[in-house]
Amino acid sequence: MDTIALEGGFTDTPRTASHAFRAVMTAMAHPGRIVEITGAAPPAPLSVAAGTVILTLCDPETPVHLAGACNAAEVRDWIAFHSGAPMAEPGRAMFALGAWDAHDLTAYPVGTSEYPDRSVTVIVEMPDLRSDGARLTGPGIKDTAFLSLPDLDVFRDNAARFPLGLDFLFTCGSRLAALPRTTRVE
Amino acid sequence: MYVAVKGGERAIDAAHQWLAEERRGDTDVPEMSVAQIREQMRLAVNRVMAEGSLYDPDLAALAIKQARGDLIEAIFLIRAYRTTLPRFGASRPVDTDAMAVERRVSATFKDLPGGQILGPTFDYTHRLLDFKLAAEGEAPVAGRADTGVGHVPHVTGFLNREGLIEEQPSSDDTPPDLTREPLELPANRALRLQALTRADEGFTLGLAYSTQRGYARNHAFVGELRIGAVEVEMDIPELGFAISIGEVTLTECETVNQFKGSKTEPPQFTRGYGLVFGQTERKAISMALVDRALRWEELGEDNVGAPAQDAEFVLYHSDNIQATGFLEHIKLPHYVDFQSELELVRKLRRSAGAQDLQEAAE
Amino acid sequence: MTEQSYNFAYLDEQTKRMIRRAILKGLAIPGYQVPFASREMPTPYGWGTGGVQVSAATLTPDDTFKVIDQGADDTTNAVSIRRFFERTAGVAVTTKTSEATVIQTRHRIPEEPLTEGQILVYQVPIPEPLRFLEPRETETRKMHALEEYGLMHVKLYEDIARHGHIATSYAYPVKVEERYVMDPSPIPKFDNPKLEMAAIQLFGAGREQRIYAIPPYTGIVSLDFEDHPFEPTKADHPCGLCGAADSYLDEVITDDAGGRMFVCSDTDYCESRRAQGHRGKDAA
Repeated sequence: MDTIALEGGFTDTPRTASHAFRAVMTAMAHPGRIVEITGAAPPAPLSVAAGTVILTLCDPETPVHLAGACNAAEVRDWIAFHSGAPMAEPGRAMFALGAWDAHDLTAYPVGTSEYPDRSVTVIVEMPDLRSDGARLTGPGIKDTAFLSLPDLDVFRDNAARFPLGLDFLFTCGSRLAALPRTTRVE
Repeated sequence: MYVAVKGGERAIDAAHQWLAEERRGDTDVPEMSVAQIREQMRLAVNRVMAEGSLYDPDLAALAIKQARGDLIEAIFLIRAYRTTLPRFGASRPVDTDAMAVERRVSATFKDLPGGQILGPTFDYTHRLLDFKLAAEGEAPVAGRADTGVGHVPHVTGFLNREGLIEEQPSSDDTPPDLTREPLELPANRALRLQALTRADEGFTLGLAYSTQRGYARNHAFVGELRIGAVEVEMDIPELGFAISIGEVTLTECETVNQFKGSKTEPPQFTRGYGLVFGQTERKAISMALVDRALRWEELGEDNVGAPAQDAEFVLYHSDNIQATGFLEHIKLPHYVDFQSELELVRKLRRSAGAQDLQEAAE
Repeated sequence: MTEQSYNFAYLDEQTKRMIRRAILKGLAIPGYQVPFASREMPTPYGWGTGGVQVSAATLTPDDTFKVIDQGADDTTNAVSIRRFFERTAGVAVTTKTSEATVIQTRHRIPEEPLTEGQILVYQVPIPEPLRFLEPRETETRKMHALEEYGLMHVKLYEDIARHGHIATSYAYPVKVEERYVMDPSPIPKFDNPKLEMAAIQLFGAGREQRIYAIPPYTGIVSLDFEDHPFEPTKADHPCGLCGAADSYLDEVITDDAGGRMFVCSDTDYCESRRAQGHRGKDAA
């Protein structure tokens, strides 16, 4: 493990994590809304937002799947050192992290009818994140919201199997937006 | 003139001060030390450690002092403290074969290797108040015989050799942790035993007694009851081997229960198991009986609908901290809910009254 | 003053992460009860251990915290919980609904409409709306999975057959986004219409180890029948102190000769109105 792995964690975990969580919660409660989230300084190619989400929500109890370019030795070492989260195959993960094309969404658990919460939270690293494009409606959205989603059909299908489904966090730099399974996309 | 009640904060402070004064009692009587409780109220300390799920006689004694002798309150103090402790790891399973036994009795054999050791028991005391204890200053000394403490084999082992009792293969699986994961049913035996060992003694006793009286009777014999200290060992990855980190006193009860046999298995005895911190015989025997009753499904027995067979019922209601909290919370203000009920009852009575009038008119 | 011997907001970070994950899944599946490994808190089960754990995982040092019990800031348990977080999290506290960013409540929703950015944390005794119809968790979990809520409708209809009305006056069940039947905690049914709000609602049941949530602007329907529509009811009086006709009222016995008066259960609402000059018939 080189020194990169040892750096870039939270400096004041209780307080940093509390602010970071509130950012994620605000995003999850208001699908499509873009929030700022900072605290971690992860190694490339991870964004600040994705690294902060990992340190806020992941620990030895949450298997993490790294997809594509995110599955790099520096990233694995950094996550292991700062969160203790074990790496996992897609089918056993609670969190999955990678660029949109790197995710094999069909491999992620979507929960069971008795425990729909046992589904993967997918963190999608985005080259760009804007409040335009797909039109969003559903819980958490007053009238409509807009978000530059990488696809439409995938999210429509995801919403259609509610209460099962995946929940998405989109990250770009220090910005984050969420799309839970309840959001209708058009 | 009505003024909304204020001053909750002052009331709480005053109540706490009063509580502290009551705790101390008459100051002409010397204050009791934690060490005195630890040494002279040891069975109370044991119960608090067992149901508090934390082996620390000093803290348990402190909790009893703070709780003014209310053992469930003391258990609560220990539980709340326990959750804040960091976890360094898990011990190896303790080896009760290697227990330094202080007491060991078997009801199933007159004599057996390792012998019957009566130990410090109330069993054959005559329950006559001993007024000598009211006088102070006595320090009785018991004679000591060499009991040849060492490896004491388990009674169930003798039966096992003949194939007369069900096999209980050991397992290296990590058991679930009731205090770190939400309870989920069906619960495996390891989880059930974990719940039972910290279950309320009175609740467990009542359930066990109900099985003896016929609510899922399981014909239990105390194959063996042993009490003594065992070493607690922990693997230290940096060292590559296990070291002893201390010792704990445990009570272990293995019951030998009847079983008719099935198509695939010849008639043989079955087991119930109890293992509890400290000298806690009543609890360990109760635990073994309830454990055995809960095993009806895996042993192919009938569910006769007895409370002790119902894992969901037993596990959801055995914890005295959960139970006492929910029970006692009904003394908290509920006047908002009560008001809504009051309005409803008045409305229902008005409708009923109107209907009666109408019927009378017709 | 924060107590240094405990972590910020009392709970250790691993516990907070576990609760935070449950809250997020709760928001993603509105009305579904997420199991969580509730910890043994220094206050008894039944005194709001679920709400306290949710608040502890939600609060930041910048928050302004309000606690109400039965609508009042000054009831002893509200005082005790507020003090707990003053000591362990060093947060600012308030009794003003509009100034609070996080409000922990037992049995009431404030009268003043909550706004975006506010969080309402409920203390929940029995999170399972079907529990009194079916005591087994293994059964009720299946019923939710299969969306099998017939038993609940039968119960409500039996009330109508027997009493002419639905005989549930608090903890009145609701359906969330046309999917999960949910217990809104023992709020009076008067408060049910307020469940559709701009704030985030989080529900914590400590002893029963469940967390659930309602995002802002989520569709909430109180269960009813076409011929017996849901009715939010309250005592048919104005507040004796502030004269409000739109607030939920406590009935206070004033003497042993049948004397009584009705006052707002929401103490902040009542005080704010009196500060604005509103007076009820019993006001000095």
